[in-house]
Amino acid sequence: MIEVDKLSKYFGERAAIRDLSFSIAKGEVVGFLGLNGAGKTTTLRVLGCLLLPTSGAVRVDGLEVTQHPYEIRRRIGFLPDLPPLYPEMTVGSYLTFAARLRQVPARETAARVAEAEEKTALRDMHTEVIGELSHGYRQRVGLAQAIVHKPALLILDEPSAGLDPAQIVEMRNLLRGLHGEHTVLISSHFLTEISQTCDRLLVIHNGELVGQGSEGELASAMGQGGSAIEVEIRGQAAGLAERLTGISTVTKAKQRATTDDTTVFEIVAGADVRADVARLLVGAGCDLLRLERSESRLESIFMNLTQGPAGGPQ
Amino acid sequence: MTATWLIARRELGGYLRTMSGYVIAAVVLFVDGILFNVRALGGQQDRLSTEVLSEFFFNSSGLVMAASVFLSMRLLAEERQNGSMVLLSSSPVRERDIILGKFFSAFVFLTLMTLAGVFMPMLILVNGKLSLGHVAVGYLGLLLLGGATLAIGTLGSTLARSQLLAAIISGSMVVCMIVVWMLGTVTERPLNDVFFALALWGRHFPPFQAGIIHLRDVVYYLAVMYFALFVSIRVLEARRWR
Repeated sequence: MIEVDKLSKYFGERAAIRDLSFSIAKGEVVGFLGLNGAGKTTTLRVLGCLLLPTSGAVRVDGLEVTQHPYEIRRRIGFLPDLPPLYPEMTVGSYLTFAARLRQVPARETAARVAEAEEKTALRDMHTEVIGELSHGYRQRVGLAQAIVHKPALLILDEPSAGLDPAQIVEMRNLLRGLHGEHTVLISSHFLTEISQTCDRLLVIHNGELVGQGSEGELASAMGQGGSAIEVEIRGQAAGLAERLTGISTVTKAKQRATTDDTTVFEIVAGADVRADVARLLVGAGCDLLRLERSESRLESIFMNLTQGPAGGPQ
Repeated sequence: MTATWLIARRELGGYLRTMSGYVIAAVVLFVDGILFNVRALGGQQDRLSTEVLSEFFFNSSGLVMAASVFLSMRLLAEERQNGSMVLLSSSPVRERDIILGKFFSAFVFLTLMTLAGVFMPMLILVNGKLSLGHVAVGYLGLLLLGGATLAIGTLGSTLARSQLLAAIISGSMVVCMIVVWMLGTVTERPLNDVFFALALWGRHFPPFQAGIIHLRDVVYYLAVMYFALFVSIRVLEARRWR
């Protein structure tokens, strides 16, 4: 569906993206992950034919973006980070306008608008003026305009930006509902959203692709297969780090911030070693206060990939 | 063409659903009314209805130019300001459709607003005779002048990131286009002819005001519209490069 080959985009002297290459198959849901300023939005704008690339080839559905921008735009739905809304219009008239602009035939428009409103839970808002809607609803209207013409490719730039936790869950469910109907490319720095909605991840840093694959593939590429756990103990901590490293498959045991009389250890192992760790700590005469799986694995992969300049493991 | 029509219709809805269009129309009609009473009808001596009409179209021409600058400032700058431009630029719509649609909507609104003042020349009928041909020609002139100014305003709005800046840019361009005739007074032939011919008002509007149509004046205003809209389309296309 999307083939990007050595894509670069310069703004003056500054390279927003450099030699970016990746491809996305039809029907895939791909997460585009990167820090602010990594080049995510620029890449999405090139794919959406809003920006012309400086060099490189970008094909959407077999069509080159520089040659056939109008044909490509007919096949895509685009939701930018700020939803492109007209505050004085009602939700219904806005979606009708969007559908007609995307060449939905007049007699099908009403049905398509109703369908998009159904999918984004906007049915009751049909006659509401957009300017009076809350941020969460506006974001949904933005999503509705992107899907109203049933595009083959859906490009969503930070669809959850600025939403509250409940709305983020709603948005995630909406995005899951899009599975199967469209090829979807979602950019975000919300790791949980990405890991729960996408089949595959592309990690971009300083304009270059630093990793791609599923969460598991990225983890094993980073040497982070297995599990990471965190324990908190009270008692004598000296020498415990070495003894923890002694447990089979444990690759790392790091003593972290100590407050008052408690100590925290971060342990990385090739397998689930929670039981062994618990036995060892209790056996050593410590009070085991807490033992849990560590922060999301994706988060640490992400941090690893995006630390320092680009050019990390591919 | 469908896209042009869609965009024009939505944009016209924008004028009719928000306050700005009404405020501009109200101010213009109010000031036009005052000027008509004071300058066209006022004065001690009796006047010919042609003089009254001519005075009316003179006043209206200034107001139409001012109104055009304010009507056009929102056209593209507002879309850029609130991010809605992406809806158009990510749709299978050509830059030409966007610019023409926007321009037509503003032109229709300007036409409605200008024609709303038609009762003023008609008031002459109360105390005198009126040449309807003169009125029609005067209005044709107003709309051509307004269309040219709107096209310049569309260009200003395409260039600017904010509406205020758009109004300043368009206003400056219009003023420059009006006063360019002054250069004609300090230069020799044939250069001074060029300056006189280029001026937006000086040589081209007074014939309409007097009820005379010259083809060259009509062509001039159409050419200004064409040129300004053409440049606007190119500016919008160039934006995809950065």
